[in-house]
Amino acid sequence: MEAIVVNDLKYEYYIRGNRQPVIALNEISFTVSEGEFIAIVGKNGSGKSTLAKHLNGLLLPYEGSVCVFGRYTSAQDLIWDIRRTLGMVFQNPDNQLVATTVEEDVAFGPENLGIEPDEIRSRVKESLKKVNMEGFIEHSPHMLSGGQKQRIAIAGVLAMHPKCLVLDEATSMLDPEGRKDVISILKKLNSEENITIVLITHHMNEAAQADRIIVMDEGKAVASGKPDEIFTEYKLLRQIGLDIPQVSDLYVRMKNEGLIKNGKIPVLIDEAEQVFTNVLLNPKTDVNYNTDTERKTGEKIIDIKNLSYTYMAGTPYERHALKDVSLTVYKGEKLGIIGHTGSGKSTLIQHLNGLLTPAAGTVEVSGIIPKGKSLKELRRKVGLIFQNPEDQLFEETVEKDIAFGLKKMGLPDNEVQRRINEAILITGLPADILKKSPFELSGGQKRRVAIAGVIVMEPDILVLDEPTAGLDPQGSAGIYEFLSNLNKSKNTTIIIVSHTMEDIARFCDRIAVMEEGKIIMLDETRSVFSNKEYLEKIGLDVPQITELFYRLNRKYQNIRKDILTVQEGLDEMKRIMGT
Amino acid sequence: MLKNITLGQYIPGKSILHRADPRTKMIWTLLIMVSVFIANNVFGYVMLIALTAIALLTGEVPVKHTLRGLKPLLIILIITAAINIFTYSGQTVLWSLGTVKITLEGIMHAVAITIRLSMIVIMGSVLTLTTTPIALTDGIESLLSPLKKIKVPVHEMAMMMSIALRFIPTLMEETDKIMKAQASRGADFDTGNILQKAKSFIPVLIPLFVSAFKRAEELATAMESRCYRGDVGRTRMKKLAYTGVDIHISIFMVLFMAIFIVSTFVLVS
Repeated sequence: MEAIVVNDLKYEYYIRGNRQPVIALNEISFTVSEGEFIAIVGKNGSGKSTLAKHLNGLLLPYEGSVCVFGRYTSAQDLIWDIRRTLGMVFQNPDNQLVATTVEEDVAFGPENLGIEPDEIRSRVKESLKKVNMEGFIEHSPHMLSGGQKQRIAIAGVLAMHPKCLVLDEATSMLDPEGRKDVISILKKLNSEENITIVLITHHMNEAAQADRIIVMDEGKAVASGKPDEIFTEYKLLRQIGLDIPQVSDLYVRMKNEGLIKNGKIPVLIDEAEQVFTNVLLNPKTDVNYNTDTERKTGEKIIDIKNLSYTYMAGTPYERHALKDVSLTVYKGEKLGIIGHTGSGKSTLIQHLNGLLTPAAGTVEVSGIIPKGKSLKELRRKVGLIFQNPEDQLFEETVEKDIAFGLKKMGLPDNEVQRRINEAILITGLPADILKKSPFELSGGQKRRVAIAGVIVMEPDILVLDEPTAGLDPQGSAGIYEFLSNLNKSKNTTIIIVSHTMEDIARFCDRIAVMEEGKIIMLDETRSVFSNKEYLEKIGLDVPQITELFYRLNRKYQNIRKDILTVQEGLDEMKRIMGT
Repeated sequence: MLKNITLGQYIPGKSILHRADPRTKMIWTLLIMVSVFIANNVFGYVMLIALTAIALLTGEVPVKHTLRGLKPLLIILIITAAINIFTYSGQTVLWSLGTVKITLEGIMHAVAITIRLSMIVIMGSVLTLTTTPIALTDGIESLLSPLKKIKVPVHEMAMMMSIALRFIPTLMEETDKIMKAQASRGADFDTGNILQKAKSFIPVLIPLFVSAFKRAEELATAMESRCYRGDVGRTRMKKLAYTGVDIHISIFMVLFMAIFIVSTFVLVS
């Protein structure tokens, strides 16, 4: 049976003050069979979420039709049957949990369906078991991690016994661990319970695991096919702001250079290991490589000595967030901080501009010890940008918002203007954006405006917590591009906290690895990522390309295992193949 | 300051009061609060104080913790007591200076008011300390359900209350995050006069409201997707049910009330 049939779907809406409608979906047609695992990919604003909302009748087609297990969404009397059959999980885990305990929340759906209490109880147990959250029955949602909350949201849908699950960017706010948990649960539900899965995402490594991928751009379905077929169309994908997994990228580049003649593009790491092992059947063995060790030292800009910090000291909830941390950062350096959620990363960066004061130890930044009156000066020198900084925009216009911090510095008008103009130039925003309201911008633009609001202060140090969270590949690349320029042109020291190892590997000079409130490793990026086993032991990933070369190195000892980017991978392949 | 408020907190436990049905607890708490105001003689007050002590003991709530909850009320208590002492017109003048005089009746009255207010707060705390927020809203919904007949949206009100309870910790976290973010951009929440301080919170309040609206919209979408359509055809996993505990508490309370009413209306006359 067909699970979902979308036929010539068109949807448009009007925005205030505009006579022309916005066409959100344009003549989309596709079919999903029962038991399939489908990924729908597209950049931010391509219409993915609007499409998702059509699948369970939250939105109704303007033209065309949507049919779910034989029921048309336009038939209003069938809407509850459709929603019971096709469950939805949304992006923000916090905004879909209704009740104050896990158990009550999972029960919410069945309660709405009018199911008997005893049956609800057994469904709650069964659903929580399926998402591996049996032990959390009486927890309250705000005590859970993002990944756990999202698993509860899935359980809440499963308790209604659906035949199909639609996940609208449900992994985009999670850390890698949470993301892996969610994906593996989806795969299990798909294979063991034959539940049809529609995964909407812009993470290509997730899409690669699907049976089929549908690519969306500007409200249209522009391509559809198996992952390897889709990734072969990498030119189209890049054009519309998407990317392909690193291992697929390496394959494509090698093929373009004639290093690979035929074969299938790998989409997952295991396939890639196989493909590249075959490519390297006869490697040259006599070539040695020398590692370029360019250690960045020089003027100290941050000096942290034996820093400790405890939350809610003296209460039963006491938590030692930092334990005896020492860290030196040099001027102009790009430092990455990696570690689990809860390993102390945010506590550490909040000490850098005096939002938190050390319980023990000292922090010295640009020669300032954060205390009392020096705080103001310090916060000008250290720009701290939290995750999702667009949530703090509040002014009527972008210009006023960017100037918020500047105005408190008492600078002359022309200097204020110069700095604002420079900040939007650096962040790559168009000049006419200044008079717009920050609330009418796209997500990516809001992010840039928020960052511009910190850059105008011309800080010596810029600290960013997950700067690309929720952005599509193009948006992320843009952020790192201007951070890189800022680092080069103004010698701004940049500290990045992120879970996206590919970005960290490409961008950072050095990495600090945190675990349970301690810095357990502090070294150059290459050295850190070559300790794959160690990172794995504490549950951290390495970039996919690093993983690939690590595996190849186990087979061919003379191949480098400390590869950080696809370009390096390509160069290494050329070297080893003697071309 | 916020940490001292015990009203509204829940401490898990297995005492008699924890096990009782929320409706039983709410009805009797309400009646006790009314009794506090009709008490008019020493015997009545002694009975009520004794009852408060019994409630604290049977609820197995930490007594010190509960009494500390009175701290934020201290100022209100002192002011009301002071106003009563100086303004109550009694016969037995103890001390006077010009037109200001303190009478024995005034002091008695002030003491009575202080006892009344404290008891109301303590009984309220005992209720919330032994009842989960969700049980409270369920109880309210159940008690008010007769009002549905006259089109009062009881279910919707209860749902709103439980959602509010669910989101309080989330919004607190968010407030903290936004304040830190704005402080990092140079916002200053501590200096200046009251007007300037109030103004400095605009950069916190606007983002907070924007995000609350966004959350509301997303939550509504998620609830609709999970087939929520008000209380039409809706069942509950946990049904409220009276048990033996409720009968015991009610028998005890009926006896208590009988004696109390006799002492208030019969003994006095």
